Amino acid sequence: MIEARGLSKRFHDKKRGEIRAVDNISFTCQPGKIYGLLGANGAGKTTTLRLLATILEPTDGTAIVYGHDVVEQPEKVRANVGFLSTATALYPRLTAQELVEYFGRLNGLDEATLKKRVDDIFNRLDMNGFRDRRCDKLSTGMKQKTSIARTLVHDPPVMIFDEPTNGLDIMTARTITAFIRECRDRGKTVIFSTHIMSEVEKLCDTIGIIQSGKLLAEGTLAQLRDQFAEHELEEIFVKVVTPHYVPEEAH
Amino acid sequence: MSLRNVGIVYRKELTEALRDRRTLISTLIVPLVLFPILTAGLGAAIASLVGKAKEEVPKVMLRGGQDSPDLVAGLKKLDKIEIVPETPNWKDQIINKEVRAAIEIPSGFQAAVAEGKPDTVTILKYQGEMKSEIATGKVETYLNDYRDNVVKERLAAKNLPAAVLKPFEVKQQNVAPPEKVGGAAFGGVIGYMVILLCLTGGMYPAMDLTAGEKERGTMETILSSPISRRHLVLGKFFLVLTTSLVTAALSVTSMGVSFAVLEHLHAFDKAGSDAGQLQLRIGLGTVISVFIMVLPLAVLFSAALMTIALFAKSYKEAQSYVTPLMFLVIIPAVAAMLPIDLTPKLALVPILNASLLCKELVTGTYHWNSIAIIFSSTCVYAAVALFLAIKMFQRESVLFRS
Repeated sequence: MIEARGLSKRFHDKKRGEIRAVDNISFTCQPGKIYGLLGANGAGKTTTLRLLATILEPTDGTAIVYGHDVVEQPEKVRANVGFLSTATALYPRLTAQELVEYFGRLNGLDEATLKKRVDDIFNRLDMNGFRDRRCDKLSTGMKQKTSIARTLVHDPPVMIFDEPTNGLDIMTARTITAFIRECRDRGKTVIFSTHIMSEVEKLCDTIGIIQSGKLLAEGTLAQLRDQFAEHELEEIFVKVVTPHYVPEEAH
Repeated sequence: MSLRNVGIVYRKELTEALRDRRTLISTLIVPLVLFPILTAGLGAAIASLVGKAKEEVPKVMLRGGQDSPDLVAGLKKLDKIEIVPETPNWKDQIINKEVRAAIEIPSGFQAAVAEGKPDTVTILKYQGEMKSEIATGKVETYLNDYRDNVVKERLAAKNLPAAVLKPFEVKQQNVAPPEKVGGAAFGGVIGYMVILLCLTGGMYPAMDLTAGEKERGTMETILSSPISRRHLVLGKFFLVLTTSLVTAALSVTSMGVSFAVLEHLHAFDKAGSDAGQLQLRIGLGTVISVFIMVLPLAVLFSAALMTIALFAKSYKEAQSYVTPLMFLVIIPAVAAMLPIDLTPKLALVPILNASLLCKELVTGTYHWNSIAIIFSSTCVYAAVALFLAIKMFQRESVLFRS
């Protein structure tokens, strides 16, 4: 489970002064459910997910991830989280297998468990054809599979996806969305951010709409449709966000 | 668990480094191939070229001297030079290297000498041009001998012994053992090389493991793993330290081997240089003590390089930050080659202190007080640099600088 409690992150910028990238956000993601964080570019999605993954430290508030506080026990949080984004690249000079093994070892797996886990994941994701190929020689699809294998190697109960399909072709994006569904079906807590409406409609059990670092609306798709008297998610999103929207260039 | 994690990161970084062409070139190829080529190859080539230049019989033009037959005859008899007749464009010929020098004998020279009147013979040369200088040297040697003979004849005519002009001799004698002589001559250079190579050896990996990782987008990947940032820095740091020390060790070894080969081939003797008489004998004990001294310095460099490079967003930006550091290191390292003695104050100046100490260690001198001050002060600087590197890795504004 993920529970964000008044999570906030402020940055200081020389030109713009104080920026509230995440402003007092609270929400809960349940195991076996997918929580979708929907927002425009610069809305605060990536910062929120980085805070949950303890890559960044909150300025105020906190979050409890799988029973661990992100401020007090960041290493324990990370041990229970699989974090995947288009920004999480692979080490070019390691082979796919070496890369997955590296992250398995960093997650404290012993060699016997690691071997079993790696074999299992490589079979499941059909990666045996390129397990000894260096990451810089892999196709985009192969790279995505390797990234998925990396996040799965320690079998984390919580999965965080930051715009995981951004810039991917349709076939590779489908691999990712299928994987997200599989995570939910296995009972994992899943949170993912996107600005693609169709992905949210297809995947999410709960939707949170975020803009200017604030969580402006939250609920199931049906609840949001009722609340805003719109059927299309895009229309709901525009209705929610417009009063708060500042174009990214204006930041 | 913590040491295990540092080891895991180190092993992974080592695997990547060994597969990286740029790291392999800077750590292994440069010391093992480039230095022997530079020292032995280039040294032997220079020695052989200088040798050849000295063996060449240069053309020397004679200007005047028609009324000084003895001197002219003597010069013509010399097999070290070839006398050529005077031409009006003698100056151009010297500049165009068609003749190497010219001798200007004033009119009535022989008669003036016979009468005991002072006169001047001028050697016209192309200053700084090696072959012209060699020809000038040969002519000057002959003219000095000729002058000595005139003096001897004059003394003999007056029944005076030759010793009247030389009441006593002056000579120099070395009392230092050969290895100290060699150490004094090369010690500064060795210290400089070891220090500089410690820096350059760690430079590329330090940038690759910090700014390079940011540029490739793997920083966020590793930060999302459970490893603590302190262990991550230490794993990376040990790899940078390894490349730094390996580069320095390989360079010194390959330079030593190159020197030995060069000495064996008597290349220095061919050049007739003093280096032929100098012996660079460095014992294993000296090598080990130099490396123990350099160890905290390598720690300092590795940590400083990582701290600076981490601040950069890209590999290219890191290069521009790290280049000034090169000058900061080169200047004190070069200063040790100047006639500076190690004082208690200088023993606290980083880099310069180690460089001066290396010079002493190579000559086999061990001042334990200085060694203790320098080793401990460098350890303190190194610890501060490592602490800063760890702190830097914990700063979000640096890790996610955009």
